[in-house]
Amino acid sequence: MNLDYAIESTGLTRRFGSLTAVDHVNLAIPRKRIFGFLGPNGSGKSTTIRLLCGLLTPSEGSVEVLNYRIPEQAEVLKQKIGYMTQRFSLYEDLTVRVNLEFIAQIYCIEKAQRRARIEEALATYRLEDLVQQLAGTLSGGQRQRLSLAAATLHRPELLLLDEPTSAVDPQTRRDFWDRLFHLVDGGTTILVSTHYMDEAERCHNLAILDHGRIVANGEPETLMQEMDCNVVEVESATPRKIANVLQLAGNIVSVTQLGARQRVLVGKQQGDASGYVQQLLDAAELQAVCHGAPPSLEDVFVTVTRNTHLPGIS
Amino acid sequence: MKLSTTRLLAILVKELQQLRRDRLTFGMIVGIPLLQILLFGYAINTDVRHLSAAVADQAGTQLSRQLIADMEATQVIEVIRQVVTAAELKALLDRGEINIGILIPPDFERRLQQQERRAAQLMIDGGDPIILATARSLTNMSFNQRSGSRSNKAAEMFEVRNYYNPERRSSVFVVPGLIGVILTMTMVLFTAVAIVRERERGNLELLINTPVTTAELMIGKIIPYIVIGLIQVSLIMLLGMLLFRVPVNGQILDVYLVSLVFIAANLGLGLVISTVAKNQFQAMQLTFFFFLPSILLSGFMFPFEGMPKAAQYIAELLPLTHFLRLIRGIMLRGVELSQMANDIYALLVFMLLTIGFAILRFKKRLD
Repeated sequence: MNLDYAIESTGLTRRFGSLTAVDHVNLAIPRKRIFGFLGPNGSGKSTTIRLLCGLLTPSEGSVEVLNYRIPEQAEVLKQKIGYMTQRFSLYEDLTVRVNLEFIAQIYCIEKAQRRARIEEALATYRLEDLVQQLAGTLSGGQRQRLSLAAATLHRPELLLLDEPTSAVDPQTRRDFWDRLFHLVDGGTTILVSTHYMDEAERCHNLAILDHGRIVANGEPETLMQEMDCNVVEVESATPRKIANVLQLAGNIVSVTQLGARQRVLVGKQQGDASGYVQQLLDAAELQAVCHGAPPSLEDVFVTVTRNTHLPGIS
Repeated sequence: MKLSTTRLLAILVKELQQLRRDRLTFGMIVGIPLLQILLFGYAINTDVRHLSAAVADQAGTQLSRQLIADMEATQVIEVIRQVVTAAELKALLDRGEINIGILIPPDFERRLQQQERRAAQLMIDGGDPIILATARSLTNMSFNQRSGSRSNKAAEMFEVRNYYNPERRSSVFVVPGLIGVILTMTMVLFTAVAIVRERERGNLELLINTPVTTAELMIGKIIPYIVIGLIQVSLIMLLGMLLFRVPVNGQILDVYLVSLVFIAANLGLGLVISTVAKNQFQAMQLTFFFFLPSILLSGFMFPFEGMPKAAQYIAELLPLTHFLRLIRGIMLRGVELSQMANDIYALLVFMLLTIGFAILRFKKRLD
């Protein structure tokens, strides 16, 4: 048990019949940080979050959340965590205020404080003008603000957010992340799942999930630096032809077209990546300009998830 | 088990607020009893009167005319046609124009003197058992008249006294039962969809992640509907008194007490359904699976005593059976509750079992 960690798990596994949704996941999530789960749909992000708050029973492995053993002590934990479900889960047939009042009572916030807390949440999440509106009539961004307001009303130590921004526009997402950093400043630990690279890049720590396994884990900056590929950008008049040639060559991890350019990931064992690509193209008699480029998080994502798709490499 | 009144109240108030917004359901709370009592009160009529009859009086004597007049005086039959032959009577029966044909043969008076021969014949459309039963009572009467050679008023040998419902109005019998039927119909469904609906709308995943306990959730969902059930009881009683002059011979407080336990028992069953069903459609199917035997076996439609033993055992498991005994006892016979303790206990046991089972079965988990 380590007091510096909000969540610790070893060998956490969950099977649904023959499908292993979460496969021996080891986590050590530090307090007062934003920890991100990055992964495609079906990679086990939601299942892991549900395991962490005791909604699902693990098939194997152990978890401690805020130093409570889960699922045995899940009920005590519930007062201390906030959970934002992927799907909007407040009552659509109740007004914004009634929803918040309900949540305040469910968490037994003292009567003297209840009103002040709700007013504060309404102000913080810019919901004052919407208090009388039914939650079902709110826009995507408004619903998201209401959900976060409800999840933080009882001042939880740990906030679990399951793809909170999947239904909102970029500006709303930026505002949302500002709120998250504000909460972290106040001492909250946040676990957020996403499939957006820009969001993942803003986390303090990141775990990339694929097929229920953690395939990369660390600070986004470090993950990019330590990626075992070099990036080469190829500019040419015939990007499709170039892709066809490179995809067949050895040591090329992926080829992605960005407009007229091709972004090529070359395995690190190949010394001069840009020279290697140039050579391949010269041999195929294709005109192109090659130069190295700094890695992005998406490159990391492609590299680590690709490994698990190719048998024998992982 | 710890119950937090704050959380319990939160669930309870939330249910009422959701109900307030749900105009259709809210309307049904009043609409169902109103419609049912009008429908059943007027339509369910087991006191058979004015069955259409035709007479072929081939004797044509004073005695035969007397017999027909006596039968008409019972109001059970109404002679609409006079014919001559038995074949004509049969034809009228076949065409469905009459329910009963009365054939009085030419030697009617001589037959009356002979013990071994029947004096007259009743031709009955036996397709409807209620008509058949009514007609049988007519044959008893004519039989008595035949044997009583001293006078034609042998039917008066038996004095019939009708207790509790002197005017033989079936609405008096139907309305108390209707309280039970309407409550079964609405209450079970209310809680049957209560938790399934939250699951379908995604609210449950949020709710089970809060400190709310299962007992708080279940009890918080029951209490608002108990109040609604009691409002329905009042409405049916009021309509029954105003429209059908149904008496309340016992204590009105007993009526409410018995209804309260019965409502809670049905809500408990609804909760059990709610923890078993995966979606609202399944919840509704399960509710009807329970509703039909309740209506047919409880004694609401057919007399309990007339059912086969096996059916009676099944009926004893249904809360409606016990409630009907209680409510008829209180409203029609003015019985004290203490005299019917067994039925009260049965309802209480049913209530505790269902609510307990629902609480045990419901898990704050998704797996």
